[in-house]
Amino acid sequence: MAVKNYILVCGGTACESAKGDDIYKALLKEAEAHGVAEDVQIVKTGCFGFCEKGPIVKVLPEQAFYVEVVPEDAKEIIAETIVKGRIVERLQYQPEKGAKGDAFDIENIEFYQKQYRIVLRNCGLINPESIDEYVARDGYAALEKCLFEMTPEDIIEELKISGLRGRGGAGFPTWLKWNFSRQVESQQKYVVCNADEGDPGAYMDRSTLEGDPHSVLEAMIIAGICVGADYGAIYIRAEYPLAIERLETAMKQAREYGLLGNDILGSGFNFDIEVRLGAGAFVCGEETALLASIEGKRGMPIPKPPFPAVKGLFGQPTVINNVETFANVPVIITKGGKWFSQIGTEKSKGTKVFALTGKIKNSGLVEVPMGTTLREIVFDIGGGIRGGKKFKAVQTGGPSGGVITEEFLDTPIDFDNLISIGSMMGSGGMIVMDEDDCIIDVTKFYLEFCVEESCGKCAPCRIGTKKLYEYLDRFTKGQGKMEDLKKMRDIGNAMKKASLCGLGQTAANPVLSTLKYFPEEYRQHIEDGKCIAKKCKDLVRYEIVAEKCIGCTVCARKCPVNCIEGERKKPHIIDQDRCIKCGACYDGCKFDAITVS
Amino acid sequence: MAKMTLEELRKLRSSQKSEMERRDVEGKEIHIIVGMGTCGIAAGAKMALDSFLDTIKSNNLTDVVVKQTGCMGLCYSEPTVEVKVPGMPDIIYGNVDAAVAKEIVEKHIMHKKMVENHIQDKPAGDIIK
Repeated sequence: MAVKNYILVCGGTACESAKGDDIYKALLKEAEAHGVAEDVQIVKTGCFGFCEKGPIVKVLPEQAFYVEVVPEDAKEIIAETIVKGRIVERLQYQPEKGAKGDAFDIENIEFYQKQYRIVLRNCGLINPESIDEYVARDGYAALEKCLFEMTPEDIIEELKISGLRGRGGAGFPTWLKWNFSRQVESQQKYVVCNADEGDPGAYMDRSTLEGDPHSVLEAMIIAGICVGADYGAIYIRAEYPLAIERLETAMKQAREYGLLGNDILGSGFNFDIEVRLGAGAFVCGEETALLASIEGKRGMPIPKPPFPAVKGLFGQPTVINNVETFANVPVIITKGGKWFSQIGTEKSKGTKVFALTGKIKNSGLVEVPMGTTLREIVFDIGGGIRGGKKFKAVQTGGPSGGVITEEFLDTPIDFDNLISIGSMMGSGGMIVMDEDDCIIDVTKFYLEFCVEESCGKCAPCRIGTKKLYEYLDRFTKGQGKMEDLKKMRDIGNAMKKASLCGLGQTAANPVLSTLKYFPEEYRQHIEDGKCIAKKCKDLVRYEIVAEKCIGCTVCARKCPVNCIEGERKKPHIIDQDRCIKCGACYDGCKFDAITVS
Repeated sequence: MAKMTLEELRKLRSSQKSEMERRDVEGKEIHIIVGMGTCGIAAGAKMALDSFLDTIKSNNLTDVVVKQTGCMGLCYSEPTVEVKVPGMPDIIYGNVDAAVAKEIVEKHIMHKKMVENHIQDKPAGDIIK
């Protein structure tokens, strides 16, 4: 009996944590109960990217796109959509503007327009735990080509034509890295996948591994063929259990099919992969520290050169690439480097996946061609700022990046442009801020992260991050001085020049870029003792306007420290010495009688 | 499954591909829409639907979408099925049992010839050239 419907349930971490698995099980149960279990295939896929509205359930070929589904909805989905072929309007995604007419089409969802999915080509489409579905989507076709039709030189050439640059953040040309390793004479070579994603707000590597693990495996085998390695390792954080599980499943299937292991497809080529778990230290995302960690040593960086491509894991030539870089490789081989090079900007080819989070309406995973402007990402795909607030800035590149202000919103995003405006691509975290965010508070958050994550090996990073943090902390308490700003710039610039690895060299970026673009906000904190976003507790003052206060006593009852006094029906007063600035009175007052300044 | 050779991998890919393609609606031009209202189901629309799917599969047709809809209002001739093929008028067939469904796929879709005795509704003669 042939299957007539497909139900795709999002199995990404975000949806999974919102009971995705229960929805999946409930659908199976209901399909059984309605006697349609044989007619419908229910598949758990990787992330659809539209995490804001998750959990998402798609029904094909009806093109139903159900959002914010709960397990209790399973009954209705089966009874209506599968048995009767009717769309459950209640669950169907409603386009915000509603101007698209009545013909609903998934392609018309604003979130997906302007996106171009290469890395995420299979995410949300295939069952990540089925190698057959990956094969059906041209999976392992690139491997075939590399084993039987192409020489290692051809592979390098194809990558060179494609213009692919490393997606870990620095943007080093991938072909060049592979070529370095290929040219070194050595008995033993390695291929390593860097899946140690630690930037605050970034989760594209995890989603790629969860949604399409085989694409990374395939690319690693190809790298092995190209440089002459027979062993690969995937370094991934232990805190990504779902990605690890799916990788293990994928590796097992690939071994059973003879796509991994000895004598791959009868070609005589051997290659195997192992998963190595990291403990979640940010510095271990730096390649030399990562390799040290795999070797069983403490994860600390070592000076380069020699680069890992020449002398890496256990002193042997090692190709080390980020998850997203690898995921691009099979497509480049099957569709050709020329095809890939037509996407993107002159010096940055292809697409980039961003994890769009913060004060944005549609947060989620977004893959756009290089050269898309920030305005398109934030306002067209992301739907703009939540709650009608005003846009303030976007933080890109995590602790290694900087903020981008309104004036740069129309800059086409690529590796070089971002650096020229004082930020960087980084791994692709993108945190949107609105007027309620205090720029100093945000910067302090990043520095606090870097203080914790610095490995401490070199002084500029160890002492520099701590010092910068202390200055920022003083500003938030109203104890800063204007001359501190110059000192911070000096420290930041020294860190840039003198730190051992990328972490220290970029840790000051949030400080340097906010100093540059928000000098007025720093000045207000220091000279006026004011935080316009009202985030810095010590600079905020809650007061009751006597004329507006009717003495309803709500504020006094809400106050957790009982610092509001006054008689019923008469104006109340806040005791400023005892006030802890929690804002409970402000939120509770129905008469706008409390001011914040 | 045991280790594969290149040939086996290619075979697996082509067989799996047609399976995946059936999920994909985009770019598919031919639509078969089966009325699955209560009346349709009672009259055996499910059997017709299964027959459509089986026939499409056995003939390796990849550009056909089979959809369901509610009652089309022609309850007297259930199961009713609407067939849309580019370059041909949209036809509604009535009294479609499993055998007729097979015929519709083989004649109407594969050979662009309408299945005469089951047409319930079609555009006026002057529209069909």
